[in-house]
Formats: sequence, C-alpha cells, structure tokens
Amino acid sequence: MTAQVEIRNVSKVYERGNQKLEVLHSIDLDVEQQDFIALMGPSGSGKTTLLNLIGGLDSPTAGTLTVSGQRIDNLGESALARWRAATVGFIFQFYNLLPMLSAQKNVELPLLLTRLSAAQRRRNAAIALELVGLSDRASHKPTELSGGQQQRVAIARAIVSDPALLVCDEPTGDLDRHSAEEVLTLLQQLNRQHGKTIIMVTHDPKAAEYASHVVHLDKGTLVEQVERQA
Amino acid sequence: MKYLHLIWAALFRRKTRTVFTLLSVLAAFLLFGMLDAVRTAFTAPPSAAGVSRLFVGSRVSIIQSLPQSLLPQIQALPGVDEVTYANWFGGYYQDPKNVNVMFQIAIGPQYLDMHPEFVLPPAQRKAFDETRAGAVIGDTAARALGIKVGDRIPIRGSIFTNKDSGETTWTFDIVGIFKAAEEKQRGFENQLLFRWDYFDEGRAFGEGTVGWYIVRVSDPGESEKVAAAIDALSANSDHETSSQTEQAANLAFMKQIGDIGLIVGAIMAAVFFTLILLTGNTMAQAVRERIPELAVLKTLGFTNRSVLGLVLAESVLLVVLGGAIGLALAQVMLPGLNAASGGRVNFPPIGASTWLLGLALMVGIGLVVGVLPALRGMRLRIVDALAGR
Repeated sequence: MTAQVEIRNVSKVYERGNQKLEVLHSIDLDVEQQDFIALMGPSGSGKTTLLNLIGGLDSPTAGTLTVSGQRIDNLGESALARWRAATVGFIFQFYNLLPMLSAQKNVELPLLLTRLSAAQRRRNAAIALELVGLSDRASHKPTELSGGQQQRVAIARAIVSDPALLVCDEPTGDLDRHSAEEVLTLLQQLNRQHGKTIIMVTHDPKAAEYASHVVHLDKGTLVEQVERQA
Repeated sequence: MKYLHLIWAALFRRKTRTVFTLLSVLAAFLLFGMLDAVRTAFTAPPSAAGVSRLFVGSRVSIIQSLPQSLLPQIQALPGVDEVTYANWFGGYYQDPKNVNVMFQIAIGPQYLDMHPEFVLPPAQRKAFDETRAGAVIGDTAARALGIKVGDRIPIRGSIFTNKDSGETTWTFDIVGIFKAAEEKQRGFENQLLFRWDYFDEGRAFGEGTVGWYIVRVSDPGESEKVAAAIDALSANSDHETSSQTEQAANLAFMKQIGDIGLIVGAIMAAVFFTLILLTGNTMAQAVRERIPELAVLKTLGFTNRSVLGLVLAESVLLVVLGGAIGLALAQVMLPGLNAASGGRVNFPPIGASTWLLGLALMVGIGLVVGVLPALRGMRLRIVDALAGR
C-alpha cells in the first residue's frame, strides 16, 4: 500500500524571545492510505504540533513532509492554503463552527473555494449532512445544536470537499461518552466505508481503540507504534 | 458575490453594535447630503436661465446701491416686460430682538403687481396705493408682533435718517396684511413693505439710488440674454450690475454669513474624522473577537489575501450600507427643508455628482477603517489563533 503521509527527519523548533524550544525531534513516520492512526502521548509531547504539520497549518523547522504525493514543507502560504483546501479535512476539539452561520452554510464553507455553483454547493453540503445524520438540522445555528451534533456538522464540513485525509485534534475531548462514541463510529465509518485516511490526536485510550494504529509520542519523539487488531 | 452571505453574517454577528454603528454612519451621510446641497446651492455660478423675473443688484456687494437712472435704460431693453425696484430699510419694531421677525423693504411701483405670491385683498391694495405712509405686512410677522390693520407703528431704522424729524424712527400706517400664495412661500410673510415715494422723499441721503431692480422678462427662454444685456448697460462703470435669479440673490445675501463652502467643508471633515475613529474602533473590536473564526477560514483553505479581502469588504459594506441610507434620507428630507424655508432658499436635489462623491467617500472611509483589522486578520498565524494565543 502507498504511504499517504511520509514524514522524514522532521523537527520543529519554536522561538519565544531568545529561547528556542524543540517540540519535535527528528520524527520519521509513514501513514498508509486509508489508515486510521491515533496519535497519543502526554501533554506537551508534540502530538498537536505533529498534526498541525501534517495538516499544513504549520511548517517544520527541518525535514521533509510529503502528503498525498505532494511535498508540503517547502510550500508558500498561498500554495499551502490551496493544498489544504483540496487535500485535508480538519476536525477540532471545540468544533470551530462559525456561530453566525447555519449548519448548512458552515458545511458549504470549504466549497466556496471551489468553482461549484451555488446549487451544487447546497447539494453537496446536504449530502454531507445526510451522511452524518443531520439533514433535519441543516438550518440550525451551532448554538441550537448539542456538542455531539456540532461535532458531526464539523465532520460534514471536513468531508464535504471529499479530501483524502482527515486530521482530528481531540475530536471527542469535549463530548460526553455517548456522543463521543457516535463521533468515533462515524469516523471509523468514514475510514472503512469511504476510504478516508484519518490521523487523530487523543488522550483517550477508548477513542484510540477505534484506530487501526496507535502512535505514541513523548517529549517530541516517536516512542512506539502499535498495530491494533480490527 | 458568493462570499456576500459570509460577509453579511459577520457584519451582523453583534447586531446591536452594528446597528448603532450603522446609525452613526447614517447620521454622518445624512448630514453630508444636506450640507453638500447647501454647498452646491452656494457655489453654483449665478444663472438666469429659464426664469421670468430677474434680480439686478450691484456686482460689488448686495449693500451697494444702484443709480435710479438705470431704470429707463433697462425698460428700453428688448425682452424686458416690466421693471420695479426696492431698497432694504434695516430697522426693527419695538425691540432690536425683532430685527429678524420682520424685514422692512421700500418698494417701487408695480412691485406688488410683479409679485403675485403676495396675496393682498383688493381693498387693502387700494388703501396702500392711496396712503403715502401706508405699509402692508406679512401675516406671519403681523401675528408674531401683534400688529393689525389700522395700527400706526414706529420702526426704528439703523441706516436711514428721516430728514423731516432728524431721527431714525419712521412711522407707518398699516393698511393691509398679505399672505403667501403657497405654503412653501410662507417665509415671505415676515416682511413689511412700504411705499417708495414715502421712503425716497423722507430719507436724508441716498436720493436717486435704489437697492436693486426687479425685472420681468417677456420670454423666460430669453432671460439669460436679457440678464447679459442689463449687465452690459453698466459694464466698466462704478456701478456694475449682476443680474440673476431671485433665488441666487437670496443665496448671495446669505453668503454674507461667511464662506459657506469652507464652513461646510470644515463641518464635514470633523464629522468624517469622528466617523473614522468610531467605525474604526468597531471594526477593530469586531475582528479582534473573530480571530479564531478567521483562523478557521484559513485552516479551510482561505488565503491571507482572501481574509484581507473579506474584512475589507465587511468594513466597506458597513459604511456603504449606512451611508447610502443616510444619503437617501437626505434626498427625501431636502424638499421638506425647502418648504420649511418658506421659499427663501431652494436647495437643489441631491444629484449624481453628490451621490458619486458620497459613494467614493463611503468606499474610502470603509477601506481606511478596515485596513488595520484586515491586516491583522491576514497576518494571524493559524496555530496561534486556534490555540487562543
């Protein structure tokens, strides 16, 4: 199977004033297509930093990062933005929906960057909302939805432009157990039935059980990769 | 256009704040529309085109007299139908505070005939013609000062001494009260009109001069030509004339208050400066609150330039929306102001040039107030903004 994500010798150093803080040290990691990876580790281990690098939200200080056959560590701001729009779907712990837009309009947001007509955008958003089971809540504002529903809208927004890769930062961190299971089941379904490659940061061992691989980070270093039995 | 709903939603994210900001923009552009009409009215070059009655005054100053010898020369010009004349008296009744309640004007023969907007009962008109010290007073002034027909009233002048008494107080017999023909001409009713012969024979100085002439032309289409011919009569003399519409003459009189263009410009500069501070603060606050949301847009693939454009568009939309409503309101209110002035001034309707200037100002102010917040949105680092740093 071809690697969806190839990480070679990647380091990330943050500079705060005169201080340099090395958050990731020479990380090497391959994520296969249609894999479901759970990134685990204690706070400050570099999980979110690594996820941000894979999602093209930040650039590594050293090393190479290739995602879906495209080297992204040397892309400029505009090229990286276009690449994100076409390749990656993002799911955050606190959903990050725009509060003044309805669920439907939130889901349509990534499609504004495409050449699709307004009718096509509406149709695609409706399909995505149906996939996450929220067709009947399309006109609701985020404040009118429960946490689990908001996260499902966020998932619909992440998949609406049909990206190959989904990056999820603690997607169940703000949810109760029941909602968390619904969201994780949905992610698993997207992975297994729709072939999405998923990389998920989590603290929760139960959430990690939904992944096919678990990668452990500690102090910015990859310490263990475990393949889970489906 | 596909981003319009996004910009609109962002604009009304905090409805109360946006509505108050819109109201301040609206007020500023309402003022702009009205003051620009004032500026246009005061700065438009005098023209006599298309009117049947001309005001002929001194080119030097409205208080400069003209020789009465011009009368037969003007009457003899082709296209002139009728000519009369008048003079400002400049006095007050009982109390100097009444100086603006009732203006006094000495009027020549045919003056009332040439001004059908002064409606006077025939009997009172007859009395006026037969009473040397007779005067007619406008209804508004009569009511304000408690004057009625049959009264004999003293007017204390500030310019003309009566050579019989050696004093500046003149006595008039009120023989009639006139009304304005139309509601919008009610401003004319704050005048006292009295006979020229009484004035001219009684004044201690200025004999043989008039304040201004009123000329009726036979064909309004020829008024511009007649005006030029009148002015040519006294060209290069010490009493050059300026012939224009009575409307323009009224405005010229009001111009003596000061440089209207400068005053209007200064007021507008102050208003727009305040508006920039106010709207700029609103935009800065609005964007500061939405930093995480802008970061989300960037995460989804919006480029730095798109975010810059979205914030600038939001700020321009805010000002254009409030400004357009304000300017439209000014357009609706101006005819009412004209009516309220009683016909003394007639501000022109807001024209295409004012709209274009207004729109340019709206876009300009929108860009100015939006540029700093937009740059902030453009430069934000996604990971920092999402982490709340």
